[in-house]
Amino acid sequence: MSMPFYVPPEQLTKDRAEFARKGIARGRPIVVLEYTDGVMLMGENPSGSLHKTSEIYDKVAFAGVGRFNEFEMLRVAGIRYADLKGYSYERDDVTAKGLANAYAQTLGQIFTHEMKPYEIEVMITEIGTEPAETRIYRIQFDGTLRDVRRFGAMGAMEETLNKRLEEGIDEMPDLGEAIRLAADTIETVLETTIADEDWEAAVLDRNLGRRKFRRLQDSEIADIRA
Amino acid sequence: MSGYPSQLGDHLPLGAVVPVSSFLALLQTSGLAPQWTVPSGELTLEIPEGTTILAVRFADGVVMAGDRRATAGNVIAHRRMKKVYPADEYSAVAISGTAGMATELIRLFQTELEHYEKIEGTRLSLEGKANYLARMVRGNLPLAFQGLAVVPLFCGFDESEQRGRLYTFDVVGGRYEEQDYAATGSGGSEAKAFIKGVFEPELSEDRALAIAVEALVAAAEEDAATGGPDLRRGIYPNVVVVNRSGIAEVDESRIEEVATAVLGGRP
Repeated sequence: MSMPFYVPPEQLTKDRAEFARKGIARGRPIVVLEYTDGVMLMGENPSGSLHKTSEIYDKVAFAGVGRFNEFEMLRVAGIRYADLKGYSYERDDVTAKGLANAYAQTLGQIFTHEMKPYEIEVMITEIGTEPAETRIYRIQFDGTLRDVRRFGAMGAMEETLNKRLEEGIDEMPDLGEAIRLAADTIETVLETTIADEDWEAAVLDRNLGRRKFRRLQDSEIADIRA
Repeated sequence: MSGYPSQLGDHLPLGAVVPVSSFLALLQTSGLAPQWTVPSGELTLEIPEGTTILAVRFADGVVMAGDRRATAGNVIAHRRMKKVYPADEYSAVAISGTAGMATELIRLFQTELEHYEKIEGTRLSLEGKANYLARMVRGNLPLAFQGLAVVPLFCGFDESEQRGRLYTFDVVGGRYEEQDYAATGSGGSEAKAFIKGVFEPELSEDRALAIAVEALVAAAEEDAATGGPDLRRGIYPNVVVVNRSGIAEVDESRIEEVATAVLGGRP
């Protein structure tokens, strides 16, 4: 019978975290930004059909970075969770907080129990009728759940991105300002230029009807950035 | 299959027995699908049914309307029942039959369409929605034999063909596309007879709306289970319009205007 080498849990956790962080740092970043009418989610994504942002429920949206198949699984599970809850109780009973907790538990379990941790990070955001009701949660690969205020970046160079965003924001931006700020910050920090059709942007907009999620068209982004 | 018990359930795609985007299947595996247990033997229960729902195609889309009365035998159970609902952004569904089951069927249908749209990133085709609804009706067949039938009417704007389309159903889940207009419920034949007399192709929206409301008035005159517009209580039919820009529930004030004109003009 072969005996596995003893690896101290500290070392194991550190190795796993380092592995996950490396994977995430390779992913193109996403910026989530509160603006006057709600929340804007934006990042570089040349694919027009494999999205990194998504509608989860009426006023709840999702954004993920890292390996697509891994965050796609969380996205689908989130939609199932939300639809099931909204159908069983009432539409208003579906909140970002409940979902963020479920994600955190799932990612935490995967981090400690699976062969390989997920190399992803996700943000869940929710808007209400007032700006004060806006919530942004960030869930990391190990299940760490954080409350994000007003703006947040995840993925490659996220620390620099967050610093630049903080410098760039003072008052609540409108949609145009939010898009220009997010796009310019990403381009500056990553030292590239990104074509208009290679952006993916979506909003949760208080002024929309029951379903507040809306994807921005390439032409809309082009007009705003022109 | 899954090594991590989670609140999100077992969602590994290859481990899933059911298609991931089917909400009804998900409900069934979670044991949450709506069920109605019925005592065996002869039913003595009075079932609220009898109604008039109809849809009329016009140049840009479809108008769908329903009366507001729910009956239990010869008793009026509700005066303000809603029978016409948006199914999603581009389609509407109306119901006749057992009220409690029908409203649950609609809620499930609405959730199913939205669930599919969110997961797949695209809406089901109009035909696909109609087929799915037919399957739901079919699933209800055993209960239909015991007198608890639900028969919907479905219409929508076909985004690929750019025109309004409408479908009728029967209790066994048969799905039939209708060309110009359709009506079901106990007052359905009366409503259809009225529409047949005045229908013409390429109607305007206003004209189609007037025809829909007047057909309900005609049905209510002959059928006790159909409630006509009640000007005194302020009860008017539910009407929705589906066209290129999506679905819209018609304002009560606009229906009031049409209903007043229709009632005033009738012999």
